[in-house]
Amino acid sequence: MTRLALLLALSTGLSAQSLAIRAETLHTAAGPAIKDGVVLIQDGKISAVGRAADVKVPSGINVRRVKVATPGLVDGRSTVGLSGLLNQPHDQDQLEASAPLQPELRAMDAYNGRDPLVAYLRSLGITTVHTGHGPGALISGQTFVVKTDATEVTRGVLKAQAMVAATLGDGARAREAGKAPGTRAKQIAMLRGELVGAQEYARKLKDAEKGKEPSRDLRKETLVQVLRKELPLLATAHRAQDILSLLRLAKEFDLEIVLDGGAEAYLVLDELKAAKVTVVLHPTMARAGGETENLSLETAAKLHAAGIPFTFQSGFEGYVPKTRVVLWEGAMAAANGLAFDDALQALTLAPAKLLGVADRVGSLEKGKDGDVALFDGDPFEFTTHCVGTIINGVLASDGEETRER
Amino acid sequence: MTLTLALGPLCAQDKPQAFVGARIIPIEGPEIENGVLVVHGGKVLAVGGAGTAIPADAVRHDAKGKVIMPGLVDTHSHIGSPEGADSSAPIQPDVRVSDSLNLRSASVMKARAGGITSVNVMPGSGHLLSGQTMYLKLRDGETLDALAMGKLPNGSYLGGMKMANGTNPRRPTGTFPGTRAKSAALVREQFVKAQEYQRKVREAGDDAKKRPARDLAMEALVEVLEGKRVVHHHTHRHDDILTVLRLSKEFGFKVVLHHLSEGWRVADEIAKSGMGASVIVIDSPGGKLEARDLRMTTGPALEKAGVPLVFHTDDPITDSRWFLRSAALAVRAGMSRKGALEAMTLNGARLLDLSARTGSLKAGKDADFLLLSGDPLSVYSHVEQTWVEGAKVFDRSDPKQRLYAVGGFGASHDTDDLTHLMALEAEETYQ
Repeated sequence: MTRLALLLALSTGLSAQSLAIRAETLHTAAGPAIKDGVVLIQDGKISAVGRAADVKVPSGINVRRVKVATPGLVDGRSTVGLSGLLNQPHDQDQLEASAPLQPELRAMDAYNGRDPLVAYLRSLGITTVHTGHGPGALISGQTFVVKTDATEVTRGVLKAQAMVAATLGDGARAREAGKAPGTRAKQIAMLRGELVGAQEYARKLKDAEKGKEPSRDLRKETLVQVLRKELPLLATAHRAQDILSLLRLAKEFDLEIVLDGGAEAYLVLDELKAAKVTVVLHPTMARAGGETENLSLETAAKLHAAGIPFTFQSGFEGYVPKTRVVLWEGAMAAANGLAFDDALQALTLAPAKLLGVADRVGSLEKGKDGDVALFDGDPFEFTTHCVGTIINGVLASDGEETRER
Repeated sequence: MTLTLALGPLCAQDKPQAFVGARIIPIEGPEIENGVLVVHGGKVLAVGGAGTAIPADAVRHDAKGKVIMPGLVDTHSHIGSPEGADSSAPIQPDVRVSDSLNLRSASVMKARAGGITSVNVMPGSGHLLSGQTMYLKLRDGETLDALAMGKLPNGSYLGGMKMANGTNPRRPTGTFPGTRAKSAALVREQFVKAQEYQRKVREAGDDAKKRPARDLAMEALVEVLEGKRVVHHHTHRHDDILTVLRLSKEFGFKVVLHHLSEGWRVADEIAKSGMGASVIVIDSPGGKLEARDLRMTTGPALEKAGVPLVFHTDDPITDSRWFLRSAALAVRAGMSRKGALEAMTLNGARLLDLSARTGSLKAGKDADFLLLSGDPLSVYSHVEQTWVEGAKVFDRSDPKQRLYAVGGFGASHDTDDLTHLMALEAEETYQ
């Protein structure tokens, strides 16, 4: 209750959706850091960014002073809102296990913006999240892009359909004996069969006389979107062999592929680069075991050096904890060979571009949404706090639970 | 590991080693700028400022720009693929985790890479009592005797007793409990039995004919009743924590409370009990029901209440290699720097009854220490070297050992599995 009261008190002190942030260090993700910088937000949008000496803040607009400000963080891949706080069936909607291929499942139809994990990520500076169906089935469903202050799915959606989530390798193996897919080769055979079926469906639709079109097939419709590159295939694969299978499949059907995970991506850098694939890198905090046993803290640095676009992610966690925190994934990469600015890019503008929402979020630039994360020190230090998260010019979180209560 | 480590430090060990110029965090006493650490014969010889006497025959190490602190003590870990009780019964005090360990497991090397020098290896929490734990010193070795901290008179290795309550030991089948009250009742029943066994043994004295038939499970519980084995108790929810404290008081056994997702709710009660707390620090709340209200504020709440506090990895729940992150996140949540660093070292040694030997840098104690590239609370700092009893057991500058620190192909394979080392050499051509 006190927390709510505080939040209200803080919010009412600001004119709605308009405020200025004055930061000792302002990271815009659109250029070098600005010492003593100001972001001016008016009516929810950024109206000016620059040195404090150069940005005139109109009277009546509150100025929040802070040590460090960055663009609101963009989480490259999560399942929050679908995989709820509790490992109880009623709270887990990221995976429908009844069939291996269900591309027609839409993220919006399951998203709970009031789940505590969404608020938790928001309190750590994450303002936009790419979330939806998880790994664990050959094709588990779709993902979407939403702001983390959107308590209801009717608000704050940046992209209703973002990608179609697939999984290769052990994670997609049928859990019952005698059920498909039981092997890696079967997985690719099934995907190939589905895509061929979707190609035929698209052809029939195109060739049919008016009134004689085939009956609607929602599953195939989604795959046709994938074939038309309207929706990338977001494929979770960790082992080098699975990554290469994915690249073969992408070539065979001319798909746009996004590699999710990629524990062994460092073994196939040349192939990834040639295929122009973006990598949504696994959380390094995830346990190194099973198919991720060979994960490396230095993969981000290696992808960067190879010129392969990548982003970080909070990811999916099936046990304890229930989510990683994309901010700390960037931190681990920055501590293991990736430059600070490059790590920040992979938390902001790079995922915004990958998701096709860079016109709205991902950097502090005039005309973009007023989404800003505030810190009392180097954002990557574990001892630093996120002291405020601003979305569309409104204080959406007044800091971490560690600072309150 | 043995391949690369055996050669270096062995010959140097008979001479004193002096580490000169580092910032030293001795834990007992203030931090020392431009300090000197001298070790010899596996022990700390001296710790002090720039004027500290260095023996003439000492091997000098330039440690300028580095930070030296005691080796980390992890009070709750599952490295070495430990197994304990099986599914035949919920309480199995005779089972020893030492009879299951694979000390060639890569997880042991990763713990050294994370700066852990002393560790309590435990069986799991799926039982009310899953067996005897084992305290390891992570010396350069691969056998139980090489890594043991010592033995009890009956030949079992020095360690505690693992117990659990809450949801993990509940199972719908067999002799396992279905409720919390039943869980406590089953534990109480066994301790009452152990008290009777203890009395019969005492009354029999030296009279072999009067002595009860040996019961290994009861013998182990008597060790608990007599304080020879500390109970390490998995417990998350506030009410479960208080149940552990009641049982501990009822039977007079010493307990360390582990995990404590809701420790922040009962900090004063824990403080009043005088028992120690071993806390897990983890990215996010949730998952299992009893971790729903997990907060990083448990550390500061317990510190404020005056509870003897340590952190643990619960490896693989959190990775041994970033154990130091626990301290940093606890400081983020409001703990003092001093308290957080003590919670990684000396307090752990105290709760395992090993503080006479390890946990701080003090003349006469075991020479268990780390060389860090920077401040222990900074994400940018790396453990560069780990030393146990005066011998280097991890060196980040060796590519084959660095693999365990940063990961990569083969980093999870057993340390004596040479195929991954060959693969590593092949991989180097990719880089």
